[in-house]
Amino acid sequence: MKQRIEQLGKTTVNAIEELGYALVILYESIYWLVLGKRNRQSVSITLIFSQAMQIGVSAVLIVAVLCFSVGMMLAMQGLETLKPYGAQAQVVTGIALSVSREFAALITGIIVAGRSGSALAARIGTMKESQEIDALQVIGIDPVRYLVAPALVAMLIAMPLLTVIGNITGMLGAAVFTLYEMSMPLEVYMSRSFDVIAVDDLMQGIIKSMVFAVLIVIVSVINGFQVKGGAEGVGLATTRSVVMSISAIVIADMIFTFFLTQL
Amino acid sequence: MAIGDSETKAIEVENLVTHYGDRKILDDISMDVNQGEIMVIMGGSGSGKSTFLRYLLGLQKPTSGSIKLLGSDITRMTSNQLHQMKKNIGVSFQGGALFGSMTVAENIQLPLHEHSRLDRNTMEIMSQMKLEVVNLAGFGDLMPSQLSGGMIKRAALARAIILDPKLLFFDEPSAGLDPVVSAELDELILQLKDAMKMTIVVVTHELESAFKIADRITVLDRGKILMTGTVEEVRNSQNERIYNLLHRQPRRDKVDVDEYLTRLTGKKITHLNNTVHGQDN
Repeated sequence: MKQRIEQLGKTTVNAIEELGYALVILYESIYWLVLGKRNRQSVSITLIFSQAMQIGVSAVLIVAVLCFSVGMMLAMQGLETLKPYGAQAQVVTGIALSVSREFAALITGIIVAGRSGSALAARIGTMKESQEIDALQVIGIDPVRYLVAPALVAMLIAMPLLTVIGNITGMLGAAVFTLYEMSMPLEVYMSRSFDVIAVDDLMQGIIKSMVFAVLIVIVSVINGFQVKGGAEGVGLATTRSVVMSISAIVIADMIFTFFLTQL
Repeated sequence: MAIGDSETKAIEVENLVTHYGDRKILDDISMDVNQGEIMVIMGGSGSGKSTFLRYLLGLQKPTSGSIKLLGSDITRMTSNQLHQMKKNIGVSFQGGALFGSMTVAENIQLPLHEHSRLDRNTMEIMSQMKLEVVNLAGFGDLMPSQLSGGMIKRAALARAIILDPKLLFFDEPSAGLDPVVSAELDELILQLKDAMKMTIVVVTHELESAFKIADRITVLDRGKILMTGTVEEVRNSQNERIYNLLHRQPRRDKVDVDEYLTRLTGKKITHLNNTVHGQDN
């Protein structure tokens, strides 16, 4: 019993320590982004864009395919549920709102966490193990400035764009199924959807995606920097960072939605 | 004190104490390195020599003590001062620590990008020159993963000397290399000292290479300095542990019976008359 309480205490302390570390990293990246230039140590634009390309462009197809499937799945469930009430036409509203507020950002977040978050954790972990992080420091390049800040900006650019793509393909997926099931023409479906969606709904999804972007980068990066114990350590950190960032995304999403719907 | 003043010691370490968690790693280390000399820091595995190097490079903050590089204390510097200081320091890490995502030439040019405003062509030429120095001319466009162990070390050396630093640190230059390549690297280190008047600190456990290149040797053991002296002085040392290190003798530590039993059983054992009653517990 005593041991368990001790263990609980240790875990709590570690968790708080890790949270503190995450905040420090976030603070430092913002510091370099804002004040780096003044100290003649600005964050490289080239790095930002090359990473935005890696995170964004190469994820377009998978985001599109998955959001398309989720949209289609929502249409199936929606039409099925609404059939007894004869309210199938309402499916458009439901899907338009849930995709734009919720699903596009969430699916994009999960994909990017799996693709780019893990890559970031693995990259930083490997660099730490091979002393490349030390090498950066002795050259005079702050690792946060060089590795974290560009990834953060790149992610903040890529995630909202991917989310917009997710919005469109999600609704398209629903539209295709509705066309098949109720023979509602695509353009009618899409134009009705766009009528329902307010700017606020779109913004909700986009703001969420930016919060997810920050969560993915910070979670992956702290896991990468904490790597110990060679290749095995890198593997563990990568797994941990994916699990942690997906959990963080889903929980943050829930909290966000709570406040946005209550207020 | 002005940087590079010939009166100044290149490195001056006073009463350095460091901890890893609660464990004391380096215990009251004091040493200095003169300008233009090659100082070899020698010791077995776990002697604290790699840790010592990390503190010399300012990668970690000590518990207490001071580390002066070229006359200024790096433990009390602002991050901007430290950034400036890094222009004067070159480091070649044990595994090379070349950035895997860049070509060899890009690796070598990185410190130039960071500390200078030169144009691309000048940087190209400078990196070519350093590649010539380390006998790697023509390999600039390769990726680090395409290089052999010896080539990686030489490329890392080229990156370390790109800014013509006053201080060059070398971690285990011969680790993982065959004798011929390792001898060539020793040769290169000696050339650098003569041609560029660098102060060089080499951390190693390779005796042969240590004796070949060193002006002076500092022997570290279990976090303490056993001695600092010239090659001859170290060779003739009567210290048992230095003798063991030099003659590849296994350690023969006296076993503290009490402590040993405590370690084994995890309990405090009391015994009488110096005879052990392990069964008591």
